[in-house]
Amino acid sequence: MGSTGIKDRVAIVGMGCTPFGEHWDKSTEDLLIDAATETFQSAGVERDAVDAYWLGTMGSGASGMALSEPLKIQYKPVTHVENFCATGSEALRNACYAVASGAYDLAMAIGVEKLKDSGFSGLVVSGVADDGTSSTMTAPAMFSLLAPAYCKKYGLDEETLKDVLSRIAYKNHLNGAKNPKAQYRREVPMEAIKASPQVAGMLGIMDCSGVSDGAAAAIICRAEDAHRYSDHPIFVKALSCIVGPAEGHKRQEYDFTSFPEVVANGEDAYQQAGVKDPRSEISMAEVHDCFTPTELVLMEDLGFSARGDAWKDVLDGRFELKGPQPVNPDGGLKSFGHPIGASGLRMMYEMWLQLRGEAGDRQIKDPKLGLTHNLGGQPGRCVSFASIVGS
Amino acid sequence: MAGIVSYGTYIPYSRITRAALGGGRGERAVAGYDEDSTSLAVEAAREALPGAPPIDTLLFATTSPPYAEKLGAATIHAACNLPAGVTSLDLGGSTRTGLTALLTGVDLAAARRTALLCTSDVVIGAPEGPRERGGGDAAASFVLGDEDRSIARLIGRASVSEEVLDVWRTPEMPFARQWEDRFGANALLPLMRAAATEAIGAAGIQPADLATVIVDGTNARAVKALPRALGLKPEQLADDLAASVGRAGAAHAGLLLARAFDAAAPGDRIAVVVGADGADAAVFEVTERISEARPRHSVDAWIESKRNDLAANTYHKWRGVLPFEPPRRPDPDRPAAPPMRRGEGWKYGFVGSRCSACETANLPPQRVCVACGAVDQMREEPYADAVCRVVTFTLDHLAYTLQPPVVAAVLDFEKGGRFQCELTDVDPKAVAIGNELEMSFRYLYTADGIHNYFWKARPRR
Repeated sequence: MGSTGIKDRVAIVGMGCTPFGEHWDKSTEDLLIDAATETFQSAGVERDAVDAYWLGTMGSGASGMALSEPLKIQYKPVTHVENFCATGSEALRNACYAVASGAYDLAMAIGVEKLKDSGFSGLVVSGVADDGTSSTMTAPAMFSLLAPAYCKKYGLDEETLKDVLSRIAYKNHLNGAKNPKAQYRREVPMEAIKASPQVAGMLGIMDCSGVSDGAAAAIICRAEDAHRYSDHPIFVKALSCIVGPAEGHKRQEYDFTSFPEVVANGEDAYQQAGVKDPRSEISMAEVHDCFTPTELVLMEDLGFSARGDAWKDVLDGRFELKGPQPVNPDGGLKSFGHPIGASGLRMMYEMWLQLRGEAGDRQIKDPKLGLTHNLGGQPGRCVSFASIVGS
Repeated sequence: MAGIVSYGTYIPYSRITRAALGGGRGERAVAGYDEDSTSLAVEAAREALPGAPPIDTLLFATTSPPYAEKLGAATIHAACNLPAGVTSLDLGGSTRTGLTALLTGVDLAAARRTALLCTSDVVIGAPEGPRERGGGDAAASFVLGDEDRSIARLIGRASVSEEVLDVWRTPEMPFARQWEDRFGANALLPLMRAAATEAIGAAGIQPADLATVIVDGTNARAVKALPRALGLKPEQLADDLAASVGRAGAAHAGLLLARAFDAAAPGDRIAVVVGADGADAAVFEVTERISEARPRHSVDAWIESKRNDLAANTYHKWRGVLPFEPPRRPDPDRPAAPPMRRGEGWKYGFVGSRCSACETANLPPQRVCVACGAVDQMREEPYADAVCRVVTFTLDHLAYTLQPPVVAAVLDFEKGGRFQCELTDVDPKAVAIGNELEMSFRYLYTADGIHNYFWKARPRR
């Protein structure tokens, strides 16, 4: 019984990621072909060497055929997975387990989303037929609920919190400016971030992640085979998926300053990987900064900051690229963009580059363990994923 | 004879000044962008129902039914969480129907069928016309029952039916039209006078014995002339609320009658006369029970609780008179009939659940308790009248709404339970953690012609 994990039993031996952004000239199929092709090349294998596929997309396709048809996959298992914004991580997690079980030698996890064809602002989720009573709140509004609650709990005034949130956006744009594949590749002054048009609650447009198109993929094999494909594979130390009972919107105990799913997620992942003190042992992290307050709260939920201290750590520069624990070195959802089904794998792509020393201007010195954290839903009711990887 | 057992009213929160509508003094009441005649009726019925005897028949009288075909009374029935086995029907066709239905309700009560009458109207007139300026949106409800429970007994009545072309509107016409007013006055005044005289005579009293006289009708000249024709003194006449509410269609006579009850003493005799497509008149005698049956809000309390800074553009947008630029968001999906029916208690009645194993409230109703995990141990618990406080909140500038921004909050109810929903009748700048709110029946949007009714929270009025 229990979550024992698959530490060091599988390795990632190839990865690819398209640039994220407004790909007016590329279809979902184009993005999948681009990411898959880069990934096959990265692992040095032909398409037909891969034994099974997991495709993550939330709304840009249905069934395994959304992948098999554009890639012309020759009669192989292809599974479509969906878990809100953690969809890409779910594709990876399931592919890893399939390989760890011995069922397949080589598996591909691939995630894609094509958001910019809808013509709408922000993220649009098509709902199931219901009684019309469910909330029609937009994603920024849902996450903006964190801000007043955080201020109230820790006695922060709105102005201070706005500084903190803007610093998070500023940092992620600064990192993204160094990333050739990011959606937004320029530094944005603090004043411009603070003055950006209101979207929801305290959040301006510059507190929101980029709505974008993109795809990313990984090829996974058993750890003992890793060096057959790559001189520098990365090894999976922990994979954790936690889905809560959505009680935050039903129980008065929940105070909107934390994601209990993420807390459980962190505990599970650290236990699998043998991490005792995440604040000192995790060298770097890609976390789900869908909106700036999310990143703030995640620092506490993942144990990078003490409860109620993340805002101080942000202002101290702890999570900056040159800080002691860089978070979102690739620019994060904020600057790299957030094509839903691709984001989890994009996070892993940065770990792949950093651990292999291929992150260019963003290279973190000698990283040991990296964490990816991917979340879907909203405060009080969400799905959450965390992984830990290392060389 | 039977009589009125209880009453309640509702005046929406918003007003628009006549100056904003192109001229004139005073202001008119305006239903919110999320209110229609059915939802207004629900709010008034909720004022009338506490302490009332079990309802047998529900009558809904309005000239602005949200559906040409689909029973508004059934929605009101569900929203008031009334038991099955109630006869329900919609009435309309004339603003006189409010009073006609009141008399019909008394007839039902005399036949030992307790009736809930809901009258309401959302009066839309052509921009810059007298109907837009003079109209008002409001609702009044009455429970009609046994004489021995009555706050006011019906002691005299009369009706006159007559084919008169005064006000008309086909289903396709956005705004009603009215014939030349001197003709209407000439045709309607004699009918109103005949009905009033007969009703007062049937009550066995003289016009001078009336404490209050309420005169209402489509023709302003006839309404103004009737008191003199009956020999009434000015102090006997009820304020017509033209300056503060406007003429609220089928609900207007009932609203004025309710206001008379708010101030009435036992023994007062009150006459109501309405002229439109004929005339009805009723004379009531207030009983000793009046002091026990006053609703939570008096009419004057509703009148005082308001914002009156509405701009004409906003008002016209709310009423669908003015097209506007939609947000770059998908249109809302229509709600689906089967889940609406399965969740009727929640959607319409705001009935939640409480776990009998651990006593934790679960909103919306759950089968598995969110606290203890017990399966199928829930009992129903009404939340429509529950008071709640803001836990956290947001102003959503992106979501689809007729009145941006959407104000949404997570709410903790004093009696337990949490729910996240939209706020209404609220100043976005005034929302704060800890604000005390109460629930109000609204519609969230209309999609594919389906009005999506549900509850919102509003600051306490």
